[in-house]
Amino acid sequence: MSFLKRITITALAVATLAAGSAARADEQYFPLQSYRVGPYAAGGTGFFGGFIDYMTLINTRDGGVNGVKLVWDECETEYAVEKGVECYQRQKSHADIAAWNPLSVGIAYAMIDGVTADKVPLITVNHGRTDTTDGRVFPYVFPLLLNPYSETSGIVNYIASKEGGLEALKGKKIVVLYHGSPYGKETIPIYELLAAKYGFTVVQIEVPHPGNEQGAQWLQIRREAPDYVVLRGWGVMNPVALTTAQRNGFPADHIIGNVWSNSEEDVIPAGDAAIGYTAITTQASGNQYPVLQDIIKTVYDAGQGNLSDKSRIGSVYHNLGIVNGILNVEAIRIAQAKFGNRTLTGDEVRWGFEHLQLNPARVKELGAENLFHSINVTYDNHEGEGYVTFQQWDGKKWNVVSDWIAPDWALLRPIITKSSEAYAAEKGLPIRTSEEADQVTQ
Amino acid sequence: MSAIVDTPPQTQNYLRHWPLVAVLLAAFIGVPAFAPVYVLEAILLPFLALALAGVGLNLLTGYGGQVSLGSAAFMAVGAFAAYNIQLRLALALPVTILLSALTAATVGLIFGLPSLRLRGFYLAVSTLAAQFFVQWALTKFGWFSNYSPSGVISAPGLTLFGYSLDSTTSRYLLALTLVTLITLGVWAFTNGPLGNDLIAIRDNETAAQIIGVPVLKTKLVAFAVSSAIIGVAGFLWAFTYLRTVEPAGFDLDRSFDILFIIIIGGLATLRGAFLGAGLIVVFPLLLSRLSALAFGGMIDSGVLELVQRIILGSLIIAFLIVEPNGLAAILDRVKRGFARTF
Repeated sequence: MSFLKRITITALAVATLAAGSAARADEQYFPLQSYRVGPYAAGGTGFFGGFIDYMTLINTRDGGVNGVKLVWDECETEYAVEKGVECYQRQKSHADIAAWNPLSVGIAYAMIDGVTADKVPLITVNHGRTDTTDGRVFPYVFPLLLNPYSETSGIVNYIASKEGGLEALKGKKIVVLYHGSPYGKETIPIYELLAAKYGFTVVQIEVPHPGNEQGAQWLQIRREAPDYVVLRGWGVMNPVALTTAQRNGFPADHIIGNVWSNSEEDVIPAGDAAIGYTAITTQASGNQYPVLQDIIKTVYDAGQGNLSDKSRIGSVYHNLGIVNGILNVEAIRIAQAKFGNRTLTGDEVRWGFEHLQLNPARVKELGAENLFHSINVTYDNHEGEGYVTFQQWDGKKWNVVSDWIAPDWALLRPIITKSSEAYAAEKGLPIRTSEEADQVTQ
Repeated sequence: MSAIVDTPPQTQNYLRHWPLVAVLLAAFIGVPAFAPVYVLEAILLPFLALALAGVGLNLLTGYGGQVSLGSAAFMAVGAFAAYNIQLRLALALPVTILLSALTAATVGLIFGLPSLRLRGFYLAVSTLAAQFFVQWALTKFGWFSNYSPSGVISAPGLTLFGYSLDSTTSRYLLALTLVTLITLGVWAFTNGPLGNDLIAIRDNETAAQIIGVPVLKTKLVAFAVSSAIIGVAGFLWAFTYLRTVEPAGFDLDRSFDILFIIIIGGLATLRGAFLGAGLIVVFPLLLSRLSALAFGGMIDSGVLELVQRIILGSLIIAFLIVEPNGLAAILDRVKRGFARTF
């Protein structure tokens, strides 16, 4: 009975909402194509949990972004492309969309044409299709903070620093163990290129999705006897790689994880096998940062937190979700400064992202000093020159073992431009100028 | 001689088909005029692609009794063949579709060879090899995806006689036309001599051989035709629905989906493929929208998703207990019930 009642009440509420939508307050809507079940649930719950927690914080502590409330709903994708596309079709009918954040390269690829026609930004923080960095060709796609090529360059530079400089890479052998998905394959050409440039040998081995069996791959690694293994994993593939490495006698401190192999959920299931394992990150873990303290005080202490397991507050994925929240909210704030403190169109938010410049001082004001470094997005650089750092697992927590490092953007940019210009030619797309980027659809 | 015998009942049959005509009229005229984009993009396009794959597999499994777990592989062959033909040869769209169907048929023929020696579960396992081999080959050799770094390719635009078919409605009409034509073709095929041979082989292979049915030829034709149809379904999936192509989208789960579609819908019926695809594609969406409406925000959305799966699974079991011959049989029963009442 109460169940039926609840459905009736919900139906009435929906009807009322629909009827009253003309008179609604200023709102900015985030369609969340989240994934909380399936093999990648750990990443999904942490990331979307952090994102939602930050938006809740902004709504409760500040009353929204300059009075504009943030609203959202979730649609489960299980990281599967066709489900993500269905969610996109379902959620795009909602008014006032600020930006899409699907956290899946496959889904993002399938949405590029759609969001470009809709004129709504698509954010692929720390991942995505590398050549979307070129905002002249991809006006609505933003691989914020770190695209896959920059990540690769950062990892190779870190290995070089451990060996005593880029010259010392000559003659070394690096194995890249990558996830068998669009995301995993994205860096194959850039590793080949860097290997040729610095004179090391690279062997790239694929682990089929989801990666819970890697005996054959590690047997091959054992035969190759590399100096380092770069783990370009995702989800369950990571702990399995670490435990299989231990069984095969490969030292954990010579395995370098990429930005999707750097979370607590990747190392805790591997137990002792993960001690000494090092991974790249754009955002440090831990909850000592003022913004996290605010979230604990304002959101979790009021019972509004999104993570069901409070020990995950401040974990790598949760913090990435929070950083992603900061970037989305600040893009709206920057766009509001130009267009007014009201609900913005997708294209206005796009303008905001293209002026998303947060220097370390501004990051400190936001309570995120040392959580992440800075970002500097422009109309033609949609990545925004994010800095990376490296963290090592001691069996209980991640410890930062490097400074903030800048990837070699100057080296990578011509490759990215070449690829994006080829895409533009293939699709017959124009190359956007800075004047065109300033024209905004209201 | 048989034509003379058949003619009188066929003229009566035309009237019997009025519900089908009504459905087709609604699908060709009503839906494009009134349905919102969401219904076309998120429900009808995947429904059409999977229903067509179901029609193709039903020909092989339902009519022919040859169990196959490689359907998704043949979809992948169709999709990648169409992409490469369009990229490298730039032929007209109908020719592209035809050639990609032929490519899928060839691959199907090769993997159908074991069916000459194997039956039942053993054949299922050997078609599993097709599933793994095709996915492996498409991933391993960059040529198939034109060396795209991530292995994902965006489907190029569709044009027919100079007109762009990229709008939602025209993609839907293209898919609907192909599905209608092919389904009619399969209907003719199964009612023809080859269809009868196929059913004879399914029901008793030895007996069929004794009365003179060419078993080897019939089996191979069934594999080829079925794979060609599933290949076109793959083309629809990649070009009219998702508009990106990646090998991982055609994994074993998709093969199972198609097998479930025909089992739940009803083996050896054409309606079954459509009813089954409706259940597999549309029902989860209805369930998820309904539960999002009723409980959205109140319950963790992950828990909600898992509950939906339990409901879907229980419903499938319930359907099959009520009617092991699938939804098509349930529909027949309902129709007979109506006929008796009125």
